[in-house]
Amino acid sequence: MGWAIALHGGAGDIPLSLPADRRLPREAALHHCLEIGVAALKAQKHPLDVVELVVRELENHPNFNAGKGSVLTSRGTVEMEACIMDGNSKKCGAVSGLTTVVNAISLARLVMDNTPHIYLGFDGAEAFAREQGVETVDSSHFITPENIERLKQAKEADRVQIDYTQPIQKDEKSESPTGNEDSQIGTVGCVAVDKNGNLAAATSTGGFVNKMVGRIGDTPIIGAGTYANNLCAVSATGRGETIIRGTVSRDVAALMEYKGLSLKEAAAYVVECNPRGDVGLVAVSAKGEVTMPFNTTGMFRACATEDGYSEVAIFPSVQD
Amino acid sequence: MGGWAIAVHGGAGVDPNLPQERQEEAKKLLTRCLHLGISALRSNIPAIDVVELVVRELETDPLFNSGRGSALTENGTVEMEASIMDGPKRRCGAVSGLTTVKNPISLARLVMEKSPHSYLAFSGAEEFARQQGVELVDNDYFITEENVGMLKLAKEANSILFDYRIPAAGLESCSAGAAADSPLVMNGLPISVYAPETVGCVVVDSEGRCAAATSTGGLMNKKSGRIGDSPLIGSGTYACDLCGISCTGEGEAIIRGTLARDVAAVMEYKGLDLQGAVDFVVKERLDEGKAGLIAVSRDGEVACGFNTNGMFRGFATEDGFMEVGIWE
Repeated sequence: MGWAIALHGGAGDIPLSLPADRRLPREAALHHCLEIGVAALKAQKHPLDVVELVVRELENHPNFNAGKGSVLTSRGTVEMEACIMDGNSKKCGAVSGLTTVVNAISLARLVMDNTPHIYLGFDGAEAFAREQGVETVDSSHFITPENIERLKQAKEADRVQIDYTQPIQKDEKSESPTGNEDSQIGTVGCVAVDKNGNLAAATSTGGFVNKMVGRIGDTPIIGAGTYANNLCAVSATGRGETIIRGTVSRDVAALMEYKGLSLKEAAAYVVECNPRGDVGLVAVSAKGEVTMPFNTTGMFRACATEDGYSEVAIFPSVQD
Repeated sequence: MGGWAIAVHGGAGVDPNLPQERQEEAKKLLTRCLHLGISALRSNIPAIDVVELVVRELETDPLFNSGRGSALTENGTVEMEASIMDGPKRRCGAVSGLTTVKNPISLARLVMEKSPHSYLAFSGAEEFARQQGVELVDNDYFITEENVGMLKLAKEANSILFDYRIPAAGLESCSAGAAADSPLVMNGLPISVYAPETVGCVVVDSEGRCAAATSTGGLMNKKSGRIGDSPLIGSGTYACDLCGISCTGEGEAIIRGTLARDVAAVMEYKGLDLQGAVDFVVKERLDEGKAGLIAVSRDGEVACGFNTNGMFRGFATEDGFMEVGIWE
């Protein structure tokens, strides 16, 4: 037993040839976020506070698909969503459709703490943000040149699919245009456990490049992108539609609970059961274990445990 | 074992003082919906189509809290949500924040079939609805006089429940005095003003395919933008190879307990049978929360479970079993 923390900056078809100018800043960010998360755990901060502060940091970093740096909808706007869950009480908070809130994860926390509800979306969520006095900015703050470019490329590749009067052929080939999609899907998230076994999970995202306005992904859906109970905490990333259907984060916990699998076994099984290229997750257990499986080309990730183990990586590690 | 089966619900958490007339109306509607579903099943219509057509009927009738007759937001408007799931490939579709779509469950179906996504909400969902050419109406269409009255009572009840300066003796003299007679509370509202949250239908067809669908106006006096369990796959609705489930009750408790997914998970991972899984989940997954659910299995079984005071429900199986009920 001991504390443990894991965080991710998105799983996806990250090209092995990712140029240094795209790779290094993200690796540095992962290191930095890991450090602040570890410091917070060492300072005995509750895991709920730890995951929130780490995800805020990831949201503020423009190279990940959350907060600033969020991918754009088909209209070139941002719509951010986030979710946080406390393992002990299973209290949770989620938000969707945010356009001006600087830190979506903190608004999700306020929904959990300050309302009798779990999930607020769109105008209602924005109104709540104003009531709560959280930091809001003009939406242009979140938009980066890289994402404008990504949207352009996605529209080029998906030209045929934009005509919604035609039935969409949901075959995987046409859903994953080749090219520069290292952030076409992807999310940020953090899970943590303290030495007393208190668990928490948090996830935040801008969603899917060129998504329809109003599209909600797996991130704010309890049991899909985010889940925590008294056994484990999980944050998932990848293709939202797959993660929803697969109730990925709940399944990791359910396998541990109902089939007695270990954290590693449960997480590996869930990832394996989902279509290749669609899913990655980070998870910690009440016992202080950590695991970060993915079936995509890569996943921006980092973890550390109290006994001194730590890792920052993008591609599969040698021992996998 | 085997054969088709269907279950419908009109919400869990029923006012024990509900007038007899209302009880009869509810039973009639549930019976009518069962018959609709049964004819469809006898004509070999697939489960996914049956759940949609039955829920459309429930949405169109103003009696229950979905479509027309939906509970009202704190602003007196209607915001509807729904989800549908097809067991065989676990395809799913969900919508939230609808204000003009006459049948939310059908839009959820279109999200599943005609969009690259699984869940659309608010103005984006309304825009999609327009593109798809579904039937649209004014928001007023969904608002019933009865619910306008209920909203007023809910607001009064909330201000009394939360305003600790009002001495308890004052309760009898106000219109939310009914709260003093029925101490039952759901989602923070006295049961007399609480609108049981949802309608739903689960079906297994003669090929053993399961499907589930749920639709609601949500919580009376909810904040605009509040999303409950009904559109959340794994919480209010779930279907896979083994079974189909639709839940109703305190949305927050259902979400926290990932109720619908857990029924299937417990069957899958613990090997429980359908009723065993339903009982387990209602007993172990709700903590202080109040909810109910209906379920079918691929083997043609039906089950339901609830820890609330009553649940509007109906069941039928191919071997001739049929039952409609409200109380325990």
